[in-house]
Amino acid sequence: MNRAFAGILLASLAVCAPAAAQEDVKKEIERYRQMVSEGSPAELFELEGEALWKKPQGPKQVSLEKCDLGVGPGVLKGAYAALPRYFKDADRVMDLETRLLHCMISLQGRSREEATQRVFGNADRPSEMESLSAYVAAQSRGMKMAPGEGHPKEKAAYELGRALYFQRAGSWDFACTSCHGEEGKRIRLQELPVLLKPENARSVVASWPAYRISTSGFITMQWRMNNCYQQMRMPEPAFGSDATVALIHFITVTGKGEIYRGPGNKR
Amino acid sequence: MAGPMKMRATLAGGNTEVRVLMTHPMTTAQSGQPLHFIQNITVKLNGSAVIEAEVSQAVSRNPVFSFRLKGGAKGDKIEVAWLDNKGESNKIETAVA
Repeated sequence: MNRAFAGILLASLAVCAPAAAQEDVKKEIERYRQMVSEGSPAELFELEGEALWKKPQGPKQVSLEKCDLGVGPGVLKGAYAALPRYFKDADRVMDLETRLLHCMISLQGRSREEATQRVFGNADRPSEMESLSAYVAAQSRGMKMAPGEGHPKEKAAYELGRALYFQRAGSWDFACTSCHGEEGKRIRLQELPVLLKPENARSVVASWPAYRISTSGFITMQWRMNNCYQQMRMPEPAFGSDATVALIHFITVTGKGEIYRGPGNKR
Repeated sequence: MAGPMKMRATLAGGNTEVRVLMTHPMTTAQSGQPLHFIQNITVKLNGSAVIEAEVSQAVSRNPVFSFRLKGGAKGDKIEVAWLDNKGESNKIETAVA
């Protein structure tokens, strides 16, 4: 009788313990993130990005300092917080990286092939896009995320992004929702936010692009989309394609209104 | 060429809090690549050394160091310099804010 009771008690403890431990782990991860954010290597990428922004490059040997990110040529303050948005000169919606590429081609006279040869770098050699993203995004710190929503093409991009979020395809028949469609899911310790919900999208939007601690590299939204498609075993999406821009736009609009705190830190 | 460094030094409760970021690969023996890591860090306050530190391989890439110096005043010059096992070095100076 006593032994049976002890057995039940042990069983109930065993059920409770993981839940409590999980809370502790979450708290510790929070504390760790807090410590990292107070001295984030993301700042080093911002410095590299600033140097690249001002460096004359390409056949025309000009810098990106006249690049119009949507709030005027060369204006950086608040530019990232208002992206993605519709650009009349390109007649399409662009996110930060797609716009940077546009400036590399139109201002610096570089070819798309050359400028996109190495858009995703690594710890030993970050890509131009990564450092530039860090620099530009940092100039929107403390500002409200307000991507473009008024133009018909912006509305179309949002709808396309939303549709793609649910679109199952590939050899594993995966969609974004396969991982990011249900609350409480995670891969190892990484929580998988349901990006259809503003309360989840907001903190994501406020912290990307980001420094990734486990790889010591800087990661961008275009990289995130590319890597998710790779993990879903789908064909690699083209850099700055309508599909990746639409997904980024959809997520950003869903998380709009949040104060930008990035570039952030990821596990 | 050594990558950028960044440093903040602020007065807090009679002490000076310093936080410094360094760009460095901090390659360990485990990576299979040639060892490459910061070995010495020197901190100077208004030109005179206050910390001489030896650093091992067991420090992450792009390390951040933070420490507190007793006292200090606005405008004091703080210099942090590192030297690695290949003889490469870098330093940064900032005024206490």
